Amino acid sequence: MAKNPDLLPGTLDMLILKTLTRAPLHGYGIALSIKRLSDEVLTVEEGSLYPALQRLLLQGWVKAEWKMTETKRRARFYTLTAAGRKQLGIELSQFEQMIEAIGRVLHDAKEV
Amino acid sequence: MNPVSSFIKKLSILFGRKRFGRDLDEEMAFHREQAEKEFLANGMTPEATKYAAIRQFGNATRLKERSHQVIGFSFETLLQDLRFALRQLRKNPGFTATAVLILALGIGASTAIFAFVDAALIKPLPYPNPTRLVDVTESLALFPRGNLSYADYLDWKRMNTVFNSLEVYTGTFDGLNTATGTEPVPGERVSAGFFRTLGIAPMLGRDFRAGEDAAGAAPVVLLSYGAWQRRYGGRTDVVGQAVSLNGISHTIVGILPKEFQFALRDNAEYWEALQPTRECEKRRSCHDLYGVARLKDGVSVASASAEMKSIARQLESQYPDSNRGQGASVMPLSDAIVGDIRPILLVLLGGAGLLLLIGCVNVSSLLLLRAESRRREIAVRGALGASRLRLGWQFVTEATALVAVGTSLGLVLADGGMQVLRGLISKDMMIGMPYLRALGLNADVLVFAVCLAVLAAMLFSMTPILHFRYSNMRDGLFEGGRGSAGRLWRRMGANLVVVELAMAVVLLTGAGLLGKSFYKLLHLDLGFQAEHLATINIGLPEAAFAQDAKVVAFEREVDELAGRLPGVQSAAVTNVLPVSCNCGTDWVRFVGRPYNGIHNEVNQREVSPGLFTTLHARLRSGRYFTDADDSTRPNVVIINETFARKYFPGEDPIGKKMGDTDLTPKSIQEIVGVVEDFKDAGLDQKQWPAEYQPFSQSPDTYFSLIVRTAQDEQTILPLMAAVIHKVSLNAAVEEGSTMTQHINDSQTAYIHRSAAYLVGGFAALALLLGVVGLYGVIAYSVSQRTREIGVRMALGAQRSSVYRLVLKEAARLIAIGVVVGLAGSVGAAMLMGKLLFGVAAWDAPTLLAVAAVLAISAMLASYFPARRAASVNPTEALRAE
Repeated sequence: MAKNPDLLPGTLDMLILKTLTRAPLHGYGIALSIKRLSDEVLTVEEGSLYPALQRLLLQGWVKAEWKMTETKRRARFYTLTAAGRKQLGIELSQFEQMIEAIGRVLHDAKEV
Repeated sequence: MNPVSSFIKKLSILFGRKRFGRDLDEEMAFHREQAEKEFLANGMTPEATKYAAIRQFGNATRLKERSHQVIGFSFETLLQDLRFALRQLRKNPGFTATAVLILALGIGASTAIFAFVDAALIKPLPYPNPTRLVDVTESLALFPRGNLSYADYLDWKRMNTVFNSLEVYTGTFDGLNTATGTEPVPGERVSAGFFRTLGIAPMLGRDFRAGEDAAGAAPVVLLSYGAWQRRYGGRTDVVGQAVSLNGISHTIVGILPKEFQFALRDNAEYWEALQPTRECEKRRSCHDLYGVARLKDGVSVASASAEMKSIARQLESQYPDSNRGQGASVMPLSDAIVGDIRPILLVLLGGAGLLLLIGCVNVSSLLLLRAESRRREIAVRGALGASRLRLGWQFVTEATALVAVGTSLGLVLADGGMQVLRGLISKDMMIGMPYLRALGLNADVLVFAVCLAVLAAMLFSMTPILHFRYSNMRDGLFEGGRGSAGRLWRRMGANLVVVELAMAVVLLTGAGLLGKSFYKLLHLDLGFQAEHLATINIGLPEAAFAQDAKVVAFEREVDELAGRLPGVQSAAVTNVLPVSCNCGTDWVRFVGRPYNGIHNEVNQREVSPGLFTTLHARLRSGRYFTDADDSTRPNVVIINETFARKYFPGEDPIGKKMGDTDLTPKSIQEIVGVVEDFKDAGLDQKQWPAEYQPFSQSPDTYFSLIVRTAQDEQTILPLMAAVIHKVSLNAAVEEGSTMTQHINDSQTAYIHRSAAYLVGGFAALALLLGVVGLYGVIAYSVSQRTREIGVRMALGAQRSSVYRLVLKEAARLIAIGVVVGLAGSVGAAMLMGKLLFGVAAWDAPTLLAVAAVLAISAMLASYFPARRAASVNPTEALRAE
């Protein structure tokens, strides 16, 4: 965990929202999914998902519900709401703009 | 996103907090279980999986707290911090009480003095555009701000181009007929445009019209609001009525507004249009007026001053007889009003600020001491997941709570302090300071106090925060951690304590010397017995008492009747009471001696024959006056010993003759007696030569009646007033006082008393601060040396030697402080030279007493940490490492 670079600030919320677009997941599932999809490059201090999830709940971007897992364990599943989907769109476009901008700067710098 | 909906959600969660917490716990536990399962599946041992899962999850407590913060309201953390802060403060009542007391005293003293500064320096002139008002007077080499003569005033007014208006004013006493007789009422004579110049309009009636101040115009007067309420019950129909002042009928044309004040003379009840009717106003060489003017736009005080000086020079060449050496002075009106007290107030404010600063540094040192003892608590909280920010906020909250309590108490003290300080100002001086009427805890003063409080809170928050910032927090878990900050503080703190103690010594010595001076002053041998004397001042209207014979007849009858009052042993009159001033002087020249025009200046007093026996003065040679020494007989005079020594060394003065500088036949008088010196002048003034003349040969319309009584002198005063009014209802009688009061209220006694009280107050504060500062430094040093002390005791050191170890450190600081302080105090006392009376700056008993007081209280303060050091349990001290 400590070896890997920290997440860009503010991106955790976006990653959670993105992960939830496929299917409702519990907290552990979200952490696992982020790790796997990024080929273990992006690892978060797993517990820090939970304050972030509370924040998303409060904003109304996700919904939570206690359900049974396949292994018959009670777990809290998070579902993306319509507002959350819209928010994801906004954050993605902002993020892409920023990445593009950074890319341009770096590209420029190489040529000089 | 939407603040309203998120607020509502927060509210709904507020009532399901427990469930929220349970859900979160379960969810996190589930997460860790899943992680463990995965580690297990990957072939880890069961024990290792648990720790790996926890590591991967992160600090659960901190994460839970952060989750709670998300759904909680921000002030909730604050409340938590505050509750914790108050609990901390309650747990250490000694620390809390000391810190609060120091803060309260420091803030109280500064705020009280600032209230005076605010009232006196920030807004002393309650007029529109006050900065354009200037004080205009003539000036002499000896009197930079002298009086203005009426003739010069008229020329100045006509010739100047710098003022919109130039007006004059002068004080007066009006004999006002009341039900109980004639009363001398303070009044003010002002030229017609005076109120327009200040920018004041009457609240009722009209202002003076131009020309109403010319000789021959119908006399008009404006009433002060106070006089209108007190004397006329606030009736509006008094406007237009006539009032007799000094036997002359004046028409009341208006009432001045309630908030009107004129700092140089605030108690005036009747404001008359000034007509140049007085004897003095008919001569250019006689000066009895002050000027006030409003500058034209764009004219500076300096250029106005330059023009008035050149006008004065023109008049000087035009009227060389009367105007030789008469210059001009123009200064801002506020300088004329508060110029004298500005430096005093600023010094006081500086002193109070310095004490507050030192107090704050002391409290910081106590906070540091406490921070040191809380090192472990902080480290544990940090390890449990409290963020640095949160820990920092805790210190801020604690500091704020401390300062809030201290400031509230300080404001109460400030209010009390203001009353005490105002009480120090005599009634006469209060007349010149009407701006002090506004004194109190007003908005300005409160803002000042809050600013001090905010600064103090910032200082107190930063002290522990910086302390922990520079010492690694994790070290706190092991007691051994010692930052270099600790050593730095010990050295700095020790130096500061030396300065504090030295300052306390200087102030204590000052207070001691001033107190001793004051005592000596009041127990001075006056040359007469001041006890059991009652005095009352009498003014006779000049119109009704134009002939000397009438005045003498009045005086004799009053003397006679007062002498027969029950319990009265004797009665007498004098035109100037003893213990007043070196004033009312005369230039004398001796018959039969060469004269070179030198001014032989002596105090001149007109007294009735009984004065010396009434005062219990002592006759050295010759005789006292008798009733036979009246205007039909040759002039006689009695002189004091200083007179005899100065002008008749080795000669017998009895029978010698003297007169005025021209030896006019009328002025020739024969010396018939010599009395031992008694105090004519102020208590601390030098004894001057004095001549006493029989009242019946040289009467005065203003004089004092003195009686000696066997009983309480206070009770005889109303009877004396009644006797005077029985003789003539026209006589104006002032409020009487006993001779002891007269002495205690005199200017000299007043200055010495105020100085002693003020310096005493500061000294007490400084002593307290010095002692607390020493305690802080010694206690800190003990806390840092616990381990060393433990080792020493484990190696066999006795408790007594631990005491010695700590007290030796304290004694060194105290000794340096006392020595530096004593040297400083002798220097400071020499600067105070003028305020010292009968005491040398190096008065040994005072210096010794101060050194003893300081040493004892300082040793006492270091005893407590020493006891703590001696009660260290060596095993515990060593195990704790």
